[in-house]
Amino acid sequence: MKTRFTTDTKLESEIAYFENINLKIESGDIIDSFKLAFKTYGKLNADKTNAILVCHALTGDQYVAGNNPITGREGWWSRMVGPNKPIDTNKFFVICSNVLGGCAGSTGPKELQNGSNVAYGGNFPSITIKDMVKAQSLLIESLNIEKLFSVIGGSMGAMQALQWAIDFPDKILNIIHIAGALKHSAQNIAFHEVGRQAIMSDPIWKNGKYFENNEVPERGLSVARMIAHITYLSENAMHRKFGRKLQSRDIISFGFDADFQVESYLRYQGKSFVERFDANSYLYLTRAMDYFDHDETFRKNIEFSHNPNNHLKYLIVSFTSDWLFPTIESKMIVNQLNSLSREVSFLEIDTDKGHDSFLLEEPQLDDVIKGFLTNNFAKIDE
Amino acid sequence: MNKINSIRKDWSLIETLIAEDRKILDIGCGDGGLMEQLENNRNAITHGIELNRDLAANAIARGFNVVHGNAELDLSQYSNNSFDYVILSQTLQAMMKPKDILSELLRIGSKAIVSFPNFGHWKIRLQLLISGKMPVTESLPYTWYDTPNIHFFTIKDFLNLCNEMNIVIEKSIGLTSKGKQFDISESVTGINFFTHEAIFLLSYKNYEPIKIKSSKKVFAKNSVIAN
Repeated sequence: MKTRFTTDTKLESEIAYFENINLKIESGDIIDSFKLAFKTYGKLNADKTNAILVCHALTGDQYVAGNNPITGREGWWSRMVGPNKPIDTNKFFVICSNVLGGCAGSTGPKELQNGSNVAYGGNFPSITIKDMVKAQSLLIESLNIEKLFSVIGGSMGAMQALQWAIDFPDKILNIIHIAGALKHSAQNIAFHEVGRQAIMSDPIWKNGKYFENNEVPERGLSVARMIAHITYLSENAMHRKFGRKLQSRDIISFGFDADFQVESYLRYQGKSFVERFDANSYLYLTRAMDYFDHDETFRKNIEFSHNPNNHLKYLIVSFTSDWLFPTIESKMIVNQLNSLSREVSFLEIDTDKGHDSFLLEEPQLDDVIKGFLTNNFAKIDE
Repeated sequence: MNKINSIRKDWSLIETLIAEDRKILDIGCGDGGLMEQLENNRNAITHGIELNRDLAANAIARGFNVVHGNAELDLSQYSNNSFDYVILSQTLQAMMKPKDILSELLRIGSKAIVSFPNFGHWKIRLQLLISGKMPVTESLPYTWYDTPNIHFFTIKDFLNLCNEMNIVIEKSIGLTSKGKQFDISESVTGINFFTHEAIFLLSYKNYEPIKIKSSKKVFAKNSVIAN
């Protein structure tokens, strides 16, 4: 395999091109060539033992830390990743790639179909979490890293971390799995479906061909984001943040303006999302999450002793107020690992910040991630 | 590796009951102190369960395999005989169903180590006899209405339960309130009076495990004891 690397100055990102690779994906389709946009932080040590792959969530990207040129803001996990941060880039070499199907430089529906001037749009094949991880593994291989010290992710990132443990256990030492599950639940599929319907019923969507007229199904995509955003919070957190407070007014308007602060907040979330995310990508990635299901198969995948996964360490973290990926879902993973007496640690963090807690200020999350990485790294470094 | 000196007297006694290179589950492991001691001094592979969130987080941050959970609900997830030793230190009296826990310990582990404060100690008997109120002592420092300890029992009670459950007591160590250490023998009368804290190494009756050797795997099964 020969991989070509370039730097995209506009995206401030490295791009890895995998040409004529004929990536066979789970649906049976073949992606002949693809590219992944990625960022790295810190330095790879001489023995190449300190590499960590961070997997982003549904609407994340490769900009974990530092500046994100697309949003003009700090990277999505800059409070976690950086020098002297819990995932310490003085010590670790951190890699994060935009997932296959994403819209921040990796091959996805908004990129040009190979050898043509037309974007994929709705012609992009349906991809899965397994496909994303397969593409990531090719990137890691092309960076000449034989073994990742850790794969870390929250939400859809947790799904990828779990998939790494299943598909490439011999290429990793541990995973940190935050706010995830063995499967995407019926309720979660339902919320995703409402989001997708909002996009697809926007007349501008045009079966995914909105880009032909340089248009964006803004209304549909922003409604999808508004719905999803509610599921990332919790009732308590919303009440604490907004209550019934009114937005820029003293009395209610008896109309349908954004009277309440919470309405105004959601509208803002929807609007700003449209500026940075591709509607088709949103359809494909939510679908990939929906298809994620290891409920029946996880145990079978790891239980036999000839599988090269006995060495794996797992850190599973959930949050009390997360109703999208509730603690019970994490505990199912822990139960299965314990029944096979695998090396697993589990913590349910007490917070009212909901599913989004993994992105927010949670000192206990920082402590366990930092401690887990530092102590386990010291063990291999001995 | 440097040997660690135990912080708690019962930990160093527990250590003496454990062979080298074994797999251990510590129930109520706190921040992993005993696990650390056993990893360092006995080269053990350790797992822990801790109910208290902050203690569990500390243990995980210190690099131990610890599951934040409730032993009374979560022990069922472990497979039969998946550990060499299961340790339950100073917690049996706080369990809702001590008998069920005891049989769980010996289902999961080949051996169990259980330590508890003896409610038959003379100071406790005397307090109840003279004051007529529920005893409050160093090892049981709570008032009756605000105590995690919901099942009080004496050494004699414990021995009777082990007998009823066909559990073999391999070793037993008693500590007086002054920290003096002795073997708890068969004659219980005086012992039950002077033992402040007791530590037991338990197993089911000794027998040869049935081993079936194949080219890849050794199957071992511990059969059930018929009385």
